[in-house]
Amino acid sequence: MPDKKGRVTGVNGNLVRVRFDESVLQNEVATINCKGTQLKGEVIRIRGQEAEMQVFEDTSGVSVGDEVAFTDDLLSVELGPGILKQVYDGLQNPLYKLAEKSGFFLERGLYLDPIDRDVDWDYSPTVKVGDSVKAGDTVGTVPEGIFKHRVMIPFSWSDTWTVTWVVDPGSYNVDTVVCKVKNSKGQENDVTMVQKWPIKKPIVNYKEKVLPVDTLVTKKRLIDSFFPVARGGTFCTPGPFGAGKTVLQHSLSQHSEADIVIVAACGERAGEVVEVLREFPHLSDPRTGKTLMDRTIIICNTSSMPVAAREASVYTAVTLAEYYRQMGLHVLLLADSTSRWAQALREMSGRLEEIPGEEAFPAYLESLIAGFYERAGLVELDDGSTGSVTIGGTVSPAGGNFEEPVTQGTLKVVGCFLGLSRARANARRFPSIDPLESWSKYKSVVDNDQVTTARSILKRSHDVHQMMMVVGEEGTSNDDYIIYQKGEFLDAVYLQQDTFDDVDGACSVERQQEVFNTLMMVLTAKFALGDKDKIRTYFNRLRQLFIDWNFIASGTEAYDEKVKLIEAMIKEAQDA
Amino acid sequence: MRKVYNRILQIAGNVIMLEAQNVASGELAMINSRHGASLAQVIRLDQDQVYLQVFAGSRGLSTGDEVRFLGHSMQVSSSPKLLGRIFNGSGVPRDNGPELDEALIDIGGPSVNPAKRIIPENMIRTGIPMIDVFNTLVESQKLPIFSIPGEPYNELLARIAMQAEVDVIILGGMGVKYDDYLYLRDTLDEHGALHKSVLFIHTAADPVVECLLVPDMCLAVAEAYAVEGKRALVLLTDFTNFADALKEIAITMEQIPSNRGYPGDLYSQLAARYEKAVDFDGAGSITILAVTTMPGDDVTHPVPDNTGYITEGQFYLKGGKIDPFGSLSRLKQNVNKVTRDDHRTIMDTMIRLYADCLESREKQSMGFRMSTWDTKLLQYGDLFETRMMDLSKNVALEDALDDGWAALAECFDPEETGIKTDMLEKFWPKKSEASN
Repeated sequence: MPDKKGRVTGVNGNLVRVRFDESVLQNEVATINCKGTQLKGEVIRIRGQEAEMQVFEDTSGVSVGDEVAFTDDLLSVELGPGILKQVYDGLQNPLYKLAEKSGFFLERGLYLDPIDRDVDWDYSPTVKVGDSVKAGDTVGTVPEGIFKHRVMIPFSWSDTWTVTWVVDPGSYNVDTVVCKVKNSKGQENDVTMVQKWPIKKPIVNYKEKVLPVDTLVTKKRLIDSFFPVARGGTFCTPGPFGAGKTVLQHSLSQHSEADIVIVAACGERAGEVVEVLREFPHLSDPRTGKTLMDRTIIICNTSSMPVAAREASVYTAVTLAEYYRQMGLHVLLLADSTSRWAQALREMSGRLEEIPGEEAFPAYLESLIAGFYERAGLVELDDGSTGSVTIGGTVSPAGGNFEEPVTQGTLKVVGCFLGLSRARANARRFPSIDPLESWSKYKSVVDNDQVTTARSILKRSHDVHQMMMVVGEEGTSNDDYIIYQKGEFLDAVYLQQDTFDDVDGACSVERQQEVFNTLMMVLTAKFALGDKDKIRTYFNRLRQLFIDWNFIASGTEAYDEKVKLIEAMIKEAQDA
Repeated sequence: MRKVYNRILQIAGNVIMLEAQNVASGELAMINSRHGASLAQVIRLDQDQVYLQVFAGSRGLSTGDEVRFLGHSMQVSSSPKLLGRIFNGSGVPRDNGPELDEALIDIGGPSVNPAKRIIPENMIRTGIPMIDVFNTLVESQKLPIFSIPGEPYNELLARIAMQAEVDVIILGGMGVKYDDYLYLRDTLDEHGALHKSVLFIHTAADPVVECLLVPDMCLAVAEAYAVEGKRALVLLTDFTNFADALKEIAITMEQIPSNRGYPGDLYSQLAARYEKAVDFDGAGSITILAVTTMPGDDVTHPVPDNTGYITEGQFYLKGGKIDPFGSLSRLKQNVNKVTRDDHRTIMDTMIRLYADCLESREKQSMGFRMSTWDTKLLQYGDLFETRMMDLSKNVALEDALDDGWAALAECFDPEETGIKTDMLEKFWPKKSEASN
């Protein structure tokens, strides 16, 4: 390993200029020796014999002349068993371990092993001497929680390899050599349970990427029925502050039917992560009976943590997601918020004195956003199994205005747009996803044609409402008024959902289908109700029944009774 | 002994540049000029060129003034003697008391490890229905008070401060009017709270760079108390002045502005301060309330906008009242599940119906005939405003909830409210049923 050194020649915020003698790589990781504290940074621009580094820590105390050591590595994460249930910062530092070492505050320059070396895993080999393997092939497995964690030939090894030695089944730590392999050139390599991968490169050791078809069930009626998300698809939730983005994300991470959920808290409040951190170990996952934490990884680079590491955090998260995808698992990555990531890019771009694009964001912003979302997908692995990474990103547009570069750059590349509206949030209509503006290219859990019908009623109801604001109720025909009431009814009983209620908070697919069918009976019915007061009273009563129904657990007597009452009430008011 | 420099090469705005060796980023220097001494902080290094931000401003600085580097960054005392004292933005006493130089700590320290935070769950009762019922304040919450100039924000701040059960109050003034400073100080004094308070005050007449130090000074002190197990309440007014000071410095440094002249890192700068609000696992807490005036009552202005994304909600002060739609407490869910069963129901229903009422009022003002429903809504809206929105009210949460039910029952039939039947059975006032 060559000892590449350099010296600091300038400091501007977290941008440090370094003079070097030999060669450096673009995006190479280097450490600055600041009075004995090692500060990690990444080379982001090279000019002549000077490299500019973004430092992942606060740079106060750095002086001109401080020594810099280059590592010859790109910014990488460690992959291996023991990542699940972990809480990492943006550079994959385990936060609980850090707390043990440095107490309440994050100590600058303290980096720990992301994967615990003291834990032994029950290793069972799946290859034997003489087998031929290549990068990404499984050589053995260890149980990690509810999953079989595959130990794979490092993804970066090109060539075909022949297994020359295999360890006996048994309990080992992650650094143990579990298998030796040899290639045609006679080069021999050791395989351990850990490998490294540079976070800004996608892992591509699969047979092919296929079209996402299955719906990723989130148990939110508004999403699953109206604006569904596919396994391996992408979605974004832009919205102004206070529109309920965080509550929605939180609920998605809790109820989504994914094998693994990775929460990337990127430049957002620490308090939000703390909720996940403290609650998930106590919430049970209905699919497995274990706690939710058993399927969760948290990458947490909150807003007061160093901004350069914020940029790294989304890549760290997606790399971990791809790693578990390689084991045939379905991973949901929730990135909150991609705007903060974009702002980190903007800060850096400004310090580099690059020519600014729109709103001072760098000109390459859109291609970076596209590159990130393109790492989602449903893939067929070499062994025939499938795995997927679904990416959902929140966007926090300045002033809640969607016509800004991050929102627009994101909308171009995602398959589903869940736009949050301040007006709906102010009216306490949650989830505050705007049913008129949002769209999805994926398949619904209920009949697509009926969804179209329902949406058209919603649209017409909205139009009638607008018209009523001008001509008043008395200027509106009874037929139009019924359409208005139908739209409001649909909104109140189906689109709105109480996230904090145990029953209503998570609505299963079967239940969604049943409620939706009953709802469609109302939407398509031809009502003969008389004047507007009578119409309003009728819909108020019907809404009351429906809302009560939504809060009753399925499979109970009370549930069936409500259904009967509702159906009777719909029939009695129909046109003869 | 560190070397003294006396050749300043450049003076632009409040930033000076000179050539010096072995200077660290963030280091402090003392500048002695004809007009007195001032601290300055290193903000940029380029080879031997050192850029310094002069706290007292550069007016009257001479190129031949003496600059001495101190070898450490900005510090503040965390001694218990702080209580009851008043300082300016760079930590110099304003109250003729002695300077404090014991137990010095760095300001702007590292952020709290999220693993050492706990979920906040202690409600702070204020007796104001708009806060207690609809936007419950929670210990360790960070909340701005969005306001236009002229609203009684300092009064609200003071009132919340008086009634909050905390161990230490740390008040930071940024660009405050001298009168406001006196008002806040005297109010704390009258209520006997000054002995548990520390004040860092930058008035509008003081040098702008000192404004930037105020929140960091306050929060460093608060952190020291919180780590010792104290519950600290940090009151800041007005954060928009802080952001404007940032803007001023950024423009002087020729940074590319991102939005209305503010620097691209405005969000990170604000977040670094607000995120100091914390409930420690095994120690005390810091709660932050910060007045943020909105230029032109525009919530999409970069300062309130970025603030809104950082904080856990906001109190939106409008027309002397806390606006029910713009205001929000994100942490209310943590506490309103245990206050009383009907707390959430009342909170959601009353706001929803008030929104409907405003629609009816709009129709009314446009001259449309009011339906029976509209009439009910109008009646309800008036009740809501007088019984719930009045900031001078001081009632317990439970009584405020009962008032809410009473107002609903006076105006509506139970099924018109969209409330779940079991709630109605339990809480709907019986008397009004008979009258209907």
